[in-house]
Amino acid sequence: MDHGLHLLLLSAAVLACGLCPPDALAQAPVGEGSETPQVVVPQIDRRDVKPPRIDAENFEVGAFVGTIAIEDFGSSMTYGARAAYHFTEDLFAEATFGTAKAGRTSYEDLSGSLELLTDSERQFTYYDLSVGWNVLPGEVFLGGRRAMPSSVYVSLGAGSTRFAGDDNFTLIAGAGLRLLVTDSIAAHLGVRDQMFESDLLGSKKLTQNLQFSVGLTAFF
Amino acid sequence: MLLFAALAPVAATAAADAEQVVVQDPYLEFHTGPGRGYPIFYVVDRGEAVSLLRRRTDWIKVRSDRGREGWVHRSQLERTLTPQGEQVKLAGPAPESRLEHRWETGLVTGDFGGANIVSATGSYALTQSLHARLDVTHLLGSYSNGWMGTAGLLHAFMPQRRVSPFVSLGGGIVHISPKATIVQSGDRTDPAAYSGLGVRGYLTNRFLLQAEYRKFVVLTSRDDNEEIDEWTMGFTYFF
Repeated sequence: MDHGLHLLLLSAAVLACGLCPPDALAQAPVGEGSETPQVVVPQIDRRDVKPPRIDAENFEVGAFVGTIAIEDFGSSMTYGARAAYHFTEDLFAEATFGTAKAGRTSYEDLSGSLELLTDSERQFTYYDLSVGWNVLPGEVFLGGRRAMPSSVYVSLGAGSTRFAGDDNFTLIAGAGLRLLVTDSIAAHLGVRDQMFESDLLGSKKLTQNLQFSVGLTAFF
Repeated sequence: MLLFAALAPVAATAAADAEQVVVQDPYLEFHTGPGRGYPIFYVVDRGEAVSLLRRRTDWIKVRSDRGREGWVHRSQLERTLTPQGEQVKLAGPAPESRLEHRWETGLVTGDFGGANIVSATGSYALTQSLHARLDVTHLLGSYSNGWMGTAGLLHAFMPQRRVSPFVSLGGGIVHISPKATIVQSGDRTDPAAYSGLGVRGYLTNRFLLQAEYRKFVVLTSRDDNEEIDEWTMGFTYFF
């Protein structure tokens, strides 16, 4: 059976070789024979010219960590992931996903053992999609030898925050600094204000949840 | 395995580390960064070859023969040639290519019957005017939250103009979960149909701003169908 397979493959190889352009036969021998002029059949080898394929590195993916001040619930650590797509050198779109654990309100602290929210309800999870604009692109210098392209950007977006067992429509306004440490890696420093309406503490009010974070992203 | 290697036809040109192009413009300007504000620090003459290294939006990082690296705008490189003499084609948006795009994706936000919404939209251009469209919406209201998925068709009038109106038609599924604290009714999932009217405008060649009004009819299991108005505004980007 092995033998048969070998034979089959061998014959297939010979056939394939037979189908290949026979270089040796194409060129008629020049200078041989006296009466009829030798006609040389030119073997034009058309090369496949492909347009240059350079990968456009417009996608940016990374993570961030920071502090968020959840209105009425103290400050907590927050972390998450962000992805961005750069349309032009000025405009980009960004998606953020993050989470934090809210602390206790001062009411809960002062009144002793009263709990306004259960543990799972204190989980503060948010996602949003925003558009960003590189307002101040430039170059920054670190020490005497290092120059890094940078950009100060502002962003505006909308999303949702899950807190206290409810999904709240959130408006996000933010600003940040992007430092291109290398061609593919960027460091971020940013502030964001996540605004949503909440009626947790009786009356309906617009809560401002400010966040300051640092992050690292990669372009690919 | 060796036999198969022998069978392989004339191999495709092995991918070089970087593509080489020959400068055809009088000169090529190297910027220090991928942006129009960055200064020009080096210039390459016509006839010299440069290697293309990477690309960020409309800027391409190139390396000259002498090893200098810098960023060049795509438009300057379009007139260069490959070493074989063929004109280089670098994909990039041009006013003509507005109508060549097929895939579009974006984000809109607005109001759906009193609830705020965040919606991701995507569409595929079947013809110049007709698009097949898909939206996934997160409903965030005061009394209930929910999700909505809709699919439909969008027809743009005068798509070659900078600002063009459009109509849309389609249907989908709406899932509403009332907030337990305010109302005491269960979650409901109903099919819905919509018809809409809107306007799209090109901000840049690939970036569109869009405003739309859609009238939804939610086919509830109750006696009456619900009619809901949706107003949205957002942006889309085409690939």
